[in-house]
Amino acid sequence: MSSYRLEKGGQIDRTVPLNFTFDGRAMRGFRGDTLASALLANGRQLVGRSFKYHRPRGVLTAGAAEPNALMTIGSGGRTEPNSRAPMQELYDGLEARSQNRWPSLDHDIGAINGLLSPFLSAGFYYKTFMWPAKFWEKLYEPVIRKAAGLGRATHEADPDAYEKCWAHCDLLVVGGGAAGLAAALTAGRTGTRVILADENATPGGFLLSETATLGGQTAAAYVANILAELGSLDNVTLMPRTTVFGWYDGQVFGAVERVQKHVASPDANQPIERLWRIAARKAVLATGSEERPLVFGGNDVPGVMMAGAMRTYLNRHAVAPGRKTAIFTTNDSGYALASDLEKAGIEVAAIIDSRRDAGFDFAGNAHVIRGGFVSNVLGRSKVEGIEIWREGQSERIAVDNLAMSGGFSPVIHLACHRGGKPRWSNEHAAFLVPDGLKDLHVAGAAAGVWGINPAMRSGCEVSVAALAELGISASPCNIPEIEGAVASLSAQPLWCIPGIRAKAFVDFQNDVHLKDLGLAVQEGYGHVELAKRYTTNGMATDQGKLSNVNAIGLLAEARRISPADVGTTTFRPFYTPVSFGALAGAAVGKHFQPVRKSPLHDWAARRGATFVEAGLWYRSSWFPLPGETHWRQSVDREVRTVRQNVGLCDVSTLGKIEICGADAAEFLNRVYCNGFLKLPVGKARYGLMLREDGFIYDDGTTSRIDENRYVMTTTTAYAAGVMNHLEFCAQAVWPELDVRLASVTDQWAQMAIAGPKARTVLQQLVDEDISNEAFPYLAAREVSLLGGRLRGRLFRISFSGELAYELAVPADCGESVADAIMLAGKVHGICAYGVEALSVLRIEKGHVTHNEINGTVVPADLGMEKMVSPTKPDFIGKHMVHREGLVDPDRLQLVGVVPIDPAHSFRTGAHILQKDAAATLENDEGYVSSSCFSPHVGSTIGLALVKRGASRHGEEVQIWNGLRNEFAMGRLVSPVFVDPRSEKLHV
Amino acid sequence: MASRIPCPHCGLRPKEEFTVKGAALQRPEAEAGAQAWHDYVYLRDNPRGAYEEYWHHTSGCRRWLVVARNTVTHEVASCRDAAEVKAVTA
Ligand SMILES: [Zn+2]
Repeated sequence: MSSYRLEKGGQIDRTVPLNFTFDGRAMRGFRGDTLASALLANGRQLVGRSFKYHRPRGVLTAGAAEPNALMTIGSGGRTEPNSRAPMQELYDGLEARSQNRWPSLDHDIGAINGLLSPFLSAGFYYKTFMWPAKFWEKLYEPVIRKAAGLGRATHEADPDAYEKCWAHCDLLVVGGGAAGLAAALTAGRTGTRVILADENATPGGFLLSETATLGGQTAAAYVANILAELGSLDNVTLMPRTTVFGWYDGQVFGAVERVQKHVASPDANQPIERLWRIAARKAVLATGSEERPLVFGGNDVPGVMMAGAMRTYLNRHAVAPGRKTAIFTTNDSGYALASDLEKAGIEVAAIIDSRRDAGFDFAGNAHVIRGGFVSNVLGRSKVEGIEIWREGQSERIAVDNLAMSGGFSPVIHLACHRGGKPRWSNEHAAFLVPDGLKDLHVAGAAAGVWGINPAMRSGCEVSVAALAELGISASPCNIPEIEGAVASLSAQPLWCIPGIRAKAFVDFQNDVHLKDLGLAVQEGYGHVELAKRYTTNGMATDQGKLSNVNAIGLLAEARRISPADVGTTTFRPFYTPVSFGALAGAAVGKHFQPVRKSPLHDWAARRGATFVEAGLWYRSSWFPLPGETHWRQSVDREVRTVRQNVGLCDVSTLGKIEICGADAAEFLNRVYCNGFLKLPVGKARYGLMLREDGFIYDDGTTSRIDENRYVMTTTTAYAAGVMNHLEFCAQAVWPELDVRLASVTDQWAQMAIAGPKARTVLQQLVDEDISNEAFPYLAAREVSLLGGRLRGRLFRISFSGELAYELAVPADCGESVADAIMLAGKVHGICAYGVEALSVLRIEKGHVTHNEINGTVVPADLGMEKMVSPTKPDFIGKHMVHREGLVDPDRLQLVGVVPIDPAHSFRTGAHILQKDAAATLENDEGYVSSSCFSPHVGSTIGLALVKRGASRHGEEVQIWNGLRNEFAMGRLVSPVFVDPRSEKLHV
Repeated sequence: MASRIPCPHCGLRPKEEFTVKGAALQRPEAEAGAQAWHDYVYLRDNPRGAYEEYWHHTSGCRRWLVVARNTVTHEVASCRDAAEVKAVTA
């Protein structure tokens, strides 16, 4: 048979043919096909190779649980591996490739890996971990990696866009089958806000595979009518192609909508996928059930298919499974398939019903074998026949395909995502949802209610009940007369099948077979959680949708206990795999995180600055002049210019917080360890902020602008953290204080003007007198600029150790003021300097940053013990800072370090050892926290945290970097290399 | 992934807008003694069930809140402004 497509029937549009390729071979399907149905219609039964043994595999299901027909779809940046063929709508030009085969799907060399199977049995990983490690690296790992695997991801960038959205509703209905449609219609007619999400292109669920009629219409026509009514209601949102993948706390559901995965050329203005968070006051779980495979020899040979899937392909896609079918069933659903197959003209050789006393009266031609089992499939890459076992007798019949149905497992994953454990029901021979669910109501087959009519009734009732909890009264929608449906799907569980000779698979995707589970029990790993990990059953990307219940049943039988006592493993989101693209949403490339730019960013860029990322900020790091080819040339020049003339540095990124209120002074007094009550208006003070455990949190200057108005500066890195901390202190710790906080970092452009000529330059812009007498060190006042055209804030503070000011002006005036300063400074040799030079200047002056304040340091370690007020009754950190360990004389203390030979150098992070000590970590006495080349000293210099460092000035030490194998002899010195008596600050 | 916090000022908001600080302990009096301070700074219960924590509505009203939630089910029993909680307990 060259084509398996039936001449008529199905819900495909034969007027719209679609061309596609599979492994490069041109094929044709129709609109309405899935990739799986189109492949089957083209006679393609072998579609993939299995994970471990490279066994030939065919399409097993018609839905989300598909473990075999995993393909790589698309090309270039749109390549998507491991796509489930039954879930992929066919489109014109679709390119699909099989996976895990070499050199080709039909002739796969890896299949000889089947010979390796003793090495790949259960517990393999655990056992080989016990073997010598060198074998692992050189032999096992590469062999396993090559033999086992899924598709490969592309290294090309994904060209498509993704987005994330929130949705809100009163009632979310998950699943649009018989129960879900009835629930949505019942709720929709009340006018309440309803969302109906369904993972397929067309809601309808298994109704679309039915030959039964509803109210005299075909099931498909009935579904179309309901969808039309729901679509006409403004309060109802239909979300097809949307998988609800998780139920989270706060009654939020995660869902992914495949917006354009089914089109040949995606619209660039639409996302390819959308990640939804749906906040639903109530939800109805109408996710249906999953048909269970049966575990017999060769149950994975292409041509063996789930009975329900075969019915879907037959009735919905008009695809015949073959010429001669056998059906192995534990329940009545097999008869519905037999009847549909015979109506389509396909011979059903036998219905093998495991129930001895099955009451179903089959009116068709097929031979019914009661109390029988299919023990083995004959054939390797296609079904050639089956071996039937009945009452100790074995019989072979020739068929070219086989349907199997081992009963139905309600799809209860979402209901278990919040920690509830499913419970086993003997009556249903299945696990049902946990007890005590809140705000989630379960309907239809998901609740173990089988059959179209009962499912629809269940959907109505559950919807009415859910709405009643919201105080909305609803009446159930009418249920049509249903004809031709199989009444009961109840099954007797069937786990162990007699007469098995070939490999009988439990987990198709991970290649776990019956004997693996037996081995797990035999070796003491019979507990369900242990067996899962020992055998890897249920650990593939399908998360055991088809295999878990069978594994539990088999374990139960092997241990002679009930499945209820075996229990289940934990259900976790996501229900089906979600692409990284959808989870990342728009946060990719330059949108990965926000970029913060200083008001002087463009100004610096125009002056040729090189920028460095500092958190979200881009800071100018140096300003190369023509002819400078190495960053050190630029930085050394900038440093020298500041020390000799004057420089301008953008310090706008420092955090700036305004603190107002009658108790602002008291508040500052409590958040800093040093005193702030007596700070006069018009003055700045350096403040040290501790954590409650006594360690230093941050530092900066705070200036009193007005009686009850202060402006605090923080380090760039801790600006947000300090703001949160101050808010905590103001709101949660001392809400009785009258204090208000506002972050004003982005409102001001702030420049440091530093160097001996700083005043001369700045006085040209500032209207008031800024002489040393009128505006002394630590003055901080609002000033008039440029003849009254602008007001700014001027602070006489210095990070460089030079005569220096910081000038803050409204952000949008920053560039013009900076230009004006550069112009005024031109004749005085001014230059712009960046954070590299700023860092050199502060290391030379012995000023600390977070290199030193690294969370392990208390004020005394920095020689700042006098800043810790002994008189204040309370401040953050007071009660811990004097603990025994924090006053230990052996603590690391701040000290300067220089190489003995100025030609030698060292790096930040290098360790300090005593002069003659061996280079071991036991002899470690501290480390270099900051280092740079100092133009002032003429060599590398560093700040270091060293044991008793403050009392060791002059001592010779070793500076050892074990990671880079660098070594230098050095000397511990005062950490202040420039102007140790700070005379320059007061000129 | 997506619990929501009922901020008393902003309403039900996604948790991504908030920052959690940890146990909502009241800061001891200045004279409380070393043991009380040690407990406050270092000792935390790790209950299975009801727990009160400080949450900051960082990307919202910027108020500090005391959220009472269940560490097993994540259900939020109450959410109050920290200043009001302090006023009641003080
Ligand atoms: Zn808020």
